[in-house]
Amino acid sequence: MKGSSRLIAFLGIIVIMAGVFAWTTPGLVKDIRLGLDLKGGFEVLYEASPLEGGEKVTPSSLKETSKSLEKRIDAQGIAEPEITTEGSNRIRIKLAGVENEDQVRDMLKKPVNLTFRDPDGNVVLNGTDFVQNGAGLQRDEFGNPIITIKLKDAKKFEDVTTKLTGKTMSIYLDETLLSSPMVNYPISGGTAQISGSYTSEEATNLKDTINLGALPLKLTEKYTQSVGAKLGQQSLHQTVEAGLIGSGIILVLLIALFRIPGVVAGITVVSYVWLLLLVFKLMNATLTLPGIAAFVLGVGMAVDANIIMYERIKEEIRSGKSLLSSLKAGSKNSLRTIMDANITNIIASVVLYVIGNGAIRGFALTMIFSILVSILTNIFFSRFLIHLLIRSNLFKKPSYYGVKEAEIRAL
Amino acid sequence: MHYNEQYHTKIRFDFIKHQKKFFGASLILVILGIVSLLVFHMNLGVDFKAGTHMDIEVGAPITKEQAADALGKLGYSDIELTLGGASNQRVSVRFDEVLEQAKVSEITKSFKTQYGDQVSEEVNVVSPDMAQELGVKTIYAIIIASIAIMIYVMIRFEWRFALAANIAILYDAFVVIALFSIFRLEVNLPFIAAVLTTIGYSINDKIVIFDRIRENLRFSKQKNKEQLAELVNASLWQTMARNIYTVLTVLIVAVSLYLFGSESIKLFALAKIIGLASGAYSSVCIASPLWLILRGDKQKPGKTAKAPVAS
Repeated sequence: MKGSSRLIAFLGIIVIMAGVFAWTTPGLVKDIRLGLDLKGGFEVLYEASPLEGGEKVTPSSLKETSKSLEKRIDAQGIAEPEITTEGSNRIRIKLAGVENEDQVRDMLKKPVNLTFRDPDGNVVLNGTDFVQNGAGLQRDEFGNPIITIKLKDAKKFEDVTTKLTGKTMSIYLDETLLSSPMVNYPISGGTAQISGSYTSEEATNLKDTINLGALPLKLTEKYTQSVGAKLGQQSLHQTVEAGLIGSGIILVLLIALFRIPGVVAGITVVSYVWLLLLVFKLMNATLTLPGIAAFVLGVGMAVDANIIMYERIKEEIRSGKSLLSSLKAGSKNSLRTIMDANITNIIASVVLYVIGNGAIRGFALTMIFSILVSILTNIFFSRFLIHLLIRSNLFKKPSYYGVKEAEIRAL
Repeated sequence: MHYNEQYHTKIRFDFIKHQKKFFGASLILVILGIVSLLVFHMNLGVDFKAGTHMDIEVGAPITKEQAADALGKLGYSDIELTLGGASNQRVSVRFDEVLEQAKVSEITKSFKTQYGDQVSEEVNVVSPDMAQELGVKTIYAIIIASIAIMIYVMIRFEWRFALAANIAILYDAFVVIALFSIFRLEVNLPFIAAVLTTIGYSINDKIVIFDRIRENLRFSKQKNKEQLAELVNASLWQTMARNIYTVLTVLIVAVSLYLFGSESIKLFALAKIIGLASGAYSSVCIASPLWLILRGDKQKPGKTAKAPVAS
């Protein structure tokens, strides 16, 4: 490839990139999921304990509880709830854009309420009437699922079923009707079967719900963070603005100090930002306030990789080497140092990710992404661009690289 | 200032000759930090010391008296509160007790009645056992991160370099902690993020300098004490521009986060600024002289120079 064609390739890449960035960035920015500290909302960490003492919290009862919380939240029409179980007895809930926080939190804290009601809506049995973990699943001779239940008080159940013979007995979780089986005859002995045209999945859900109702968990708020929507937006605007100011100063400084390579560094920093936004969108990651801080610090650190290489190239030029061999020696000699910087930062970020909670995990995750992206843009892409430029033979003077003629020694 | 012909380097300042001053100054800072930690402890935020933290953005300038008055009416007297924001529009309040949600909304409602609906707040409530758990986890995190980085540096260098570098990065982490204790700045989870990333970042300058020292060692045979001191000085000055520029770029973004970023990110940014500045200082003034002391003036065979070099 001739010199001029390399320059054309360089300019072509820049023009195409600028077009792609300008075209896609507004959409990318719009699509990025913001954490609740940036758009308002609240996060609660619950610790679950059994309501009546005794039995321990089991993984399945915890899972059931979190499912029932999800149902309650969905019933409120709240978008994109994040509900995760942590450890053996914790549930973390993140809800963004909630207007009536007080009511929602009150509702979430209530233990599940399982009731069996007669056709007039009167409660005839509730969750505590059932033997803990007494509900099971069987199949009838045709392979249809049957739910078996066990009651603590056989007499009470017999009375209830006697009264309701020929009627339906509706099963409610909170105020949601789950099923309305028919009572065909009085049932004695304290065990019963519920059959109907359930799918296996429906039957399993109903069984789990009855077991959960028999041992409802009490939820205690251990940690809460709540951010007003206006405050969140303000944080977002201020911090993004701070990032833009900082990055702007860095770009100017880069060009002032390193001239031609500084321009290349500027291009790679811009592509770093774009690529990181893309990664966030593709991974559907949540950007938190500390995450923006990591993003912005990442800009500073991405530049680092460029500076280490350019300083090394400058040194090689000063030692009297030709531009091309300075470039080769400089890139080769700086790679190890740059990788050191990235590896030690990844170590610290991974540790942070493991210990951190919500927002700090956002920070650690952003750090890790930003390091990986910056390896791509500020090591490999940067090298590729600078090679194109130097080999175009158009920028031969040492002053283009921030080196004074007087500083160059004879070999 | 003199020009060293052998290393083609202008030595503008002899860091090794003045090492005692640097060690002395740093030692004083460390002692002050220890005393401050023992006497005043850290000013722990709700993340580590259970309770309730409220940041109330009032949307109009407010005085301490007005804020204290509004809280006093609801029965909260003697409450620690600070003002922030561009024109004192934000009130930060710490309650030692874990406030029920009902009480929290009572407070925000009273501010909304008085100052209008633009009042917006951030509330963090942490229970005592969560706070304790987080404290324990944090200590583990700092230990694990330091050990992991130490192992990495030991693999990269011989033990003297590793030891000198690690003392210096632990010093950097301690400086951040000490200054936060001395100035009574609040320590929350983002602060830990700042300290941990300081450890991760500050090691880089040390690696760059030590790589250069190792490279220069390979090319020079004579190694009496004066010559080694000259070699360290030359290595420091050869890497100075790079070290200053890279710290400067990260410092620029940290400072703009501090100046223009949102209120809740300011302390994090400040911790980063302190860590970055200390890291730059300790690489040149602590880690490198320390390596020289550890090495002594023993004649060492070419072991130190076995690996290829970078800068």
